[in-house]
Amino acid sequence: MKIIIAGYGKVGSALTRQLSAEGYDLTVIDSKQEKLESGQGLYDIMCVHGNCATMDVLMEAGVEDADLLIAATSMDEINLLCCLTAHSINKSIHTIARIRTPEYSKQIVMMRDSLGLSMLVNPEKQAAQEIDRLLKYPGFLKRENFAHGRVEIAELRVMPDSPLNNISLTQLGGVAKCKILVCSVLRNGKAITPKGEFTLKEGDRLFVTATTNELALFLKNLGIVTHKVKRVIICGGGRITYYLAQMLEKSGMKIQIVERDAEKCIKLAELLPYANVINADASDLIFWEGERLTSNDAVVAMTGLDELNMVIALFVRSCGVDQIITKLSRTESSAILESLSFGSVICPKELCSNTIVGYVRGMKNQTGSSIAVHRLADGKSEASEFHVSKETLNCGIPLKKIKLKKNVLIASILHLSQIIIPNGDSCFYPGDTIIVVSDSDELITCINDIFE
Amino acid sequence: MNFRMIGRIISFILIVEAVFMIPALLLCAFSGQTASSTAFLISIIIIMAAAFLLWVLTRKAQKGFYSRDGLVCVGLSWIVMSLFGALPFFISKEIPSYIDALFEIASGFSTTGASILNDVEALTRGMLLWRSTSHWLGGMGVLVFLLALVPISGRNDGFTMHLLRAESPGPDVGKLVPRMKQTATILYGMYILLTILDFLFLVIGGLPVFDSVCIAIGTAGTGGFGVLNSSIGGYSPYVQNVCTVFMFLFGVNFTCYYLLLCGKIKNVLKDEELHWYVGIAFCSIAAITITLLLNNTYSTFNETLRHSAFQVGSLLSSTGFATTDFDLWPSFAKAILFSLMFIGASAGSTGGGFKIGRALLIAKILRRNVRQVLYPNKVQVIRMNGRVVDENILRNTNAYLCAYVIIILASFLLVSLDGFSTTTNLTAVVSCFNNMGPGLESIGPTLNYSGYGVFSKIVLVFDMLAGRLEIFPILVLMSRSAWKRR
Repeated sequence: MKIIIAGYGKVGSALTRQLSAEGYDLTVIDSKQEKLESGQGLYDIMCVHGNCATMDVLMEAGVEDADLLIAATSMDEINLLCCLTAHSINKSIHTIARIRTPEYSKQIVMMRDSLGLSMLVNPEKQAAQEIDRLLKYPGFLKRENFAHGRVEIAELRVMPDSPLNNISLTQLGGVAKCKILVCSVLRNGKAITPKGEFTLKEGDRLFVTATTNELALFLKNLGIVTHKVKRVIICGGGRITYYLAQMLEKSGMKIQIVERDAEKCIKLAELLPYANVINADASDLIFWEGERLTSNDAVVAMTGLDELNMVIALFVRSCGVDQIITKLSRTESSAILESLSFGSVICPKELCSNTIVGYVRGMKNQTGSSIAVHRLADGKSEASEFHVSKETLNCGIPLKKIKLKKNVLIASILHLSQIIIPNGDSCFYPGDTIIVVSDSDELITCINDIFE
Repeated sequence: MNFRMIGRIISFILIVEAVFMIPALLLCAFSGQTASSTAFLISIIIIMAAAFLLWVLTRKAQKGFYSRDGLVCVGLSWIVMSLFGALPFFISKEIPSYIDALFEIASGFSTTGASILNDVEALTRGMLLWRSTSHWLGGMGVLVFLLALVPISGRNDGFTMHLLRAESPGPDVGKLVPRMKQTATILYGMYILLTILDFLFLVIGGLPVFDSVCIAIGTAGTGGFGVLNSSIGGYSPYVQNVCTVFMFLFGVNFTCYYLLLCGKIKNVLKDEELHWYVGIAFCSIAAITITLLLNNTYSTFNETLRHSAFQVGSLLSSTGFATTDFDLWPSFAKAILFSLMFIGASAGSTGGGFKIGRALLIAKILRRNVRQVLYPNKVQVIRMNGRVVDENILRNTNAYLCAYVIIILASFLLVSLDGFSTTTNLTAVVSCFNNMGPGLESIGPTLNYSGYGVFSKIVLVFDMLAGRLEIFPILVLMSRSAWKRR
C-alpha cells in the first residue's frame, strides 16, 4: 500500500517510524530539506521536497497511484488544501488531515463530510480526552479502551507498601479478589510477558486488563485510595488546556490554569468563563507555596517545555499530590524517566499516530486485520483488537492447547457481548473480538500472525 | 563506526562474489581446463571461508548506521572484493604476480578495462569470463545487488540509503520508488534486460556465444575487457555498430529508462543531462569524422564514421573498447578523445568519469560567479531540469572537483617515477581514474599497462577504485578518524 505523509514534524516522524516498520511504501513531503535528510537516513522512505499543497509536488510524490494521504503539517489550512488537491487528482485516495485549531473543532464533522476527507485527527483534543479519563478514574497511570470502552488495559506501579509486592501471579487472584489478568510487566526498561510463576517486585509497572467495573474493584481491594479529584491545577495554557478545561468543567471539578504569558491568560479567561486563570510562572516555587496542595488535588504539567513539565511533576510529587499527569512531546528519552516517578505521562503525538496507524491497518481491509492498536509500556509492547472470522485459525480450541508465538498473550475475549478474561480453558469463536498483547518487535498486523 | 555491521555486509558481498565465480568455474570444468577450474574452486573455498568467519565474528552486529559508515563500508568492501577477486588469476599462475592480478581485477570491478596482459588470448576462457563478469558486477554496483537480494526491514532500515549514495555515481542520488529493495530490483532488472538485448543482437550478428556473453556484459558495465587481442577490431562492422549503440545506451542515466517504462516520455525528453550527452556525442563524432576525412585516414566515409562513432561511444561512456588504433589519429582527433575521457558518462549510469551532470553543475556555478561580479546584488539560484539545486549539493560538487584534480595531479607525479613519456603517464592516470581503459602512446589501444612498476600499479589500482566510487568512499578510509570506534 502506498502512503504519502505530508509534513515531517512530530506526528509525521512518529507515523513514519511506525508505518515504515510495518512495511508500507512511504513517501514523505516536507518543505525543509534538512528534516527530510534526517528522515531518509533513518527509514526506508522516499522524500520529496516542496509545498505539499501544490499539485506539482503531490504529483512528484506519486499521488496518482497512492492509497492514502496523511496531511500533518503545522498549518491546518495547508493540511486541508493538501487533501483537497490530492482528492482532485486521485478520486479514490483516502485522506487524513490533522486539524488542531480549537476554533475549527466544532465544524470538524462538517468539514470531513463536505470536503470528502476520510478522517480528521486532533492530537490535542485526543490528549485532553485521555487526561480527562485519567482524572475521572484516578489510581492508574494510564488507561486504554477496547471494544467500545467495555474492556480496559490499565497501568499501575507496584509501590513498596503495596500488597502486590512479592506476590506471584498465581496468588494474585486471592489478593485482588477479582478477575484480572496481568498482560505485561515493565521491569528495568524491559517489557515481559509474565507466566504464572512470575513474581511481582517493587517498582514494576503492571499492565492489567479487566472490565471497567472489575478494575474499580481491584483498586479498592488493593487499598489504593481513589478519592475523587476536586481541584485540578493545569500548568500551561495551550490548546490541550482549552479542550481539557471544557471537559473537566462538565464533571464539576475546580480548574486553575497557570500561564506565564499575560495575553494568553486574557484569551483563556475569555474562552473559559468558569476556569480560574492565573498569570504566574509555574516554575516559581513561591507560587506553589501559596497553592497549599493536598492529596485531593491533581496537577497537570502541560507547558511547552518537556524539561519544565518534569521538574513541576517531581516538585509537586514531593508536596504530596497523588494525581500527576505530565505531558511530554518527546518520548525517546522515556527510558531514562523510568527511574523517576512522574505519575502518568501523556504524549499527544503518540496518541495521534496510534489512531492513524489503526486506521491504516483497518484500510488494508484484509480479513483479520486489527481494528485498534494501543501502545503500552513506552511502546515496548502493543495491544491490538481483532475480529475473529471464519478464516481465523484455532477457533473453538481451548487456549492451553493453542501454540502462540513467544511474548504473545490473549488478554480478553468479547464473546456474545460478554467479556471473558481468559484462562487455559477459554476459547474464541467466529464473531468474537479478542484483544492481543504482544511484544512490539513482533509485527502483528493480522490475527493469524499470533499463532506459532 | 559500526565495524560489526560493516563486517557483516562485507561477508554478504564475499558470498555474492563467490557465487558470481561459479559460471567461470563451470565453464572451466566442462571444457576440461583442470588447472583453471581448481584455481576457481580454491578461490571460492577461500572466499566462502572468509565470509563465514566474518559472519560468525559479526553475529552481534547492531543496526545503527550513518552516512560515514556507509562510505567506509562501500570503500572497504570494494577493496576486499578486489583483493579476493584476484585469487583465481594468481592461484592458476595465469597471471603470476599478485599485484598484476590485483590490477586486472580492480580494473574489472571498477569497469576500467585497463589490462596488464600482453596476450589476452593466452588466458583460458574461464578467466576471460571472470574478467568480464567483474565488469558486470562492478557496473551497477555489488552493494546495489545486495540491496535487491537481502531482506532489509526493521528499525533504522534507512541505512540502505547511505549505501546507495556511496556506491551509485552522480551528485544527487535518489530512489526510484519508496522501498530500497524495489529500487535496487528495478535498477538491476533494467540492467539485466539491456544486457540480454545486447547479447541477442550480438548473437544474431554471428558472433560466437562465448564472445557475445563477454562483450555484452563488458559493454553493460561500461568496462572494456575484450576476449581478443584486437579488442573489437577483429569483429564484423555489424558487431561494432551494435557495440557503439549499446555503449551509448549504458552511458545514459538509468532513471531515464525507468521514466520511459512509466510512460513519462516528456520528462526524459526534458532531461538536461541527456541533451548534453547526446549533443556532446554528435558534435564529437562529427568533428572527428571531418578531421579523419581531411586526413584521409580511412578509405571510405562509412568506415570513417563507424570508427569515429565507436571510439566516441567507447570513451564518452568510459567503456574503453577499441576498433582501431586511435593513437595513430591526427592530434586534433586525439585531443577530442582525451577531453571525452574527462567528461565521462551521465550520472546514474554504469559509466565512469567526472559525469556530465556534475560538469553541468560546475559550469552553472561558474556562470553564477561571473554574473555575481557583474550584478553584485542579483540573487541567483542554480536549476537543473527546472528544479532548484540545493546549495549543499553545489558545495559537494565543488569539493569533488578539487579532489578530482588533486588526485589526478598526485597520481601523475607518482606514476611519472617509472620514466614513461608525459603523455603516457598523464593519459594512464586520467584513463584509470575515469574508468576508461586505454590511453595514448605507450598505453594506447593496442598496448597495455604491463610496463609499469609495482608501485605505479598500486597507485593506478587506487585511482581506478576511487574513480568508480567517486573518490570519497576511498578517501575517507585514509582519514584516521574513520578507524576509531566512535
